[in-house]
Amino acid sequence: MYTHLRRFFTIALIAATCVFNLPARADEPTQHEADKVAQAVNEEEHKIEHKLEEHEAKFNIGEMIMHHIADSHEWEFSHGVSLPLPVILYSEDRGLEVFLSSNFHNEHHEYNGYHLVHGESEQIVPVDEARKIYDFSITKNVASMLISAVILILVFTSVAGWYKNSKGKAPKGFASAMEVIILFIRDEVVKPNVGPKYEKYLPYLLTLFFFILINNIMGLLPGSANLTGNIAVTMTLAVLTFIIVHLNANGNYYKHLLSPPGVPAPLLLIMIPVEIVGVFMKPFSLMVRLFANITAGHIILLSLFGLIFIFQSFVIAPVISLFALFLNFIEIMVAFIQAFIFTLLSSMYIGTAIEEHSHDHGHH
Amino acid sequence: MSLLTPNPGLIFWMLVVFLLVVFILSKFAWKPILKGLKDRENEIQGALDLAEKTRAEMAQLKSDNEKLIAEANAIRDQILRDAKDAADRTIAESKDKAAAEGLKIIESARETIRNEQAVAVSKIKKEVATLSLEIAEKVLHRELEDKGAQEKLIADLASSARLN
Repeated sequence: MYTHLRRFFTIALIAATCVFNLPARADEPTQHEADKVAQAVNEEEHKIEHKLEEHEAKFNIGEMIMHHIADSHEWEFSHGVSLPLPVILYSEDRGLEVFLSSNFHNEHHEYNGYHLVHGESEQIVPVDEARKIYDFSITKNVASMLISAVILILVFTSVAGWYKNSKGKAPKGFASAMEVIILFIRDEVVKPNVGPKYEKYLPYLLTLFFFILINNIMGLLPGSANLTGNIAVTMTLAVLTFIIVHLNANGNYYKHLLSPPGVPAPLLLIMIPVEIVGVFMKPFSLMVRLFANITAGHIILLSLFGLIFIFQSFVIAPVISLFALFLNFIEIMVAFIQAFIFTLLSSMYIGTAIEEHSHDHGHH
Repeated sequence: MSLLTPNPGLIFWMLVVFLLVVFILSKFAWKPILKGLKDRENEIQGALDLAEKTRAEMAQLKSDNEKLIAEANAIRDQILRDAKDAADRTIAESKDKAAAEGLKIIESARETIRNEQAVAVSKIKKEVATLSLEIAEKVLHRELEDKGAQEKLIADLASSARLN
């Protein structure tokens, strides 16, 4: 029953090894048209690059951590072993452009009129600064997200297949393991918080939980992307929850927002702005909570490993490794807790917005 | 600061991929899974309800049976008692009747005996009278036939009769 899952992983593994064997070769553009300005810029950059390399040799722990947390246009598994990812750019004059990020592997980090700038985070900027480009590249985070999406779909459709094929049988195997979590989310998180109309929101909330969970856990794997520790991802999730809450909210919710019951009229001047700020605080807190928790965990782990390179001592390494192992277990726990909290708070926000109030004025 | 600046490209992909995942999972995973779970829960609940109902029915049946048995026992006792009473009554009646009948029979027997006796007595009396008369006749006849004997008799009588 899980054979197609197994087949998928096998193929993925083989594909990955094949791609690793391709050395990240860059085709050197040989045209050196003597545009002096460009050359000067290139030289400048070269110097900066050189300085950075020198810096790297000295080991800068801050840079190392930022490099690991930030998104990238290629998937670096180890120093020098990296998987080039497609770069997708859109600009009004050139339209859609797609090429592999390995094209930037040259002296000047330049290809086809674009620069790959290594700063705090990687960025593709056009050489001609007047042009405006939109970067829709499949970055490391996007690639990781796609993998997690495929895993989620394969896992849960196969679980669903079990339910279709063995009706009226006792739960067994992998399906029963997933069932425990699904039932927990349904009975302990969604049902009590959303209320009687919970079934409408259950698919979204279940997907939310498992999406965050699998990406939290995948983020803990060495060499993996830090997806749920990326503010763009948590912002998208929080905004989706915000939209769902406000599309389904009933009149009561909006009425309470604009005229909280039992509040004297002069106080409304203060209360209404506070309530409105509260509306936007909720998704903001969702966004920051997940982002900060996961990023903080990664920073702590990376700092610990960085200590080994700072001390460069054989005595300190095992101690720190043990401590990092302990922290890794805590991070696994955090992965579950943060997925749970995000789902719990989302269902609470939905629940308060769709709640039918029995008009209990007086206490609020 | 770059950590806190969301990248528009990533937001775009995130939106596309996540919504796609939500759509696909809702249609092909959550729907059958949640339906399967619900069906199973309903099945279990139904089985439990049925068991409860059956148990109640069994208890009802048992109490019914007990009631029936008690009723049957009562009826049996009643019948036995009635039968015994009837038998007793019949016996007593028969006894009385028999006694009365016996008395009547004895009475009539006595009556008959008495009548018979009377008849017999009167018959005997008549017979005795007749016999006496016959004897007397015969005696007289004989006496009167034999003169010598009569004379002797007279003589006997005369000799025995002392003259005082």
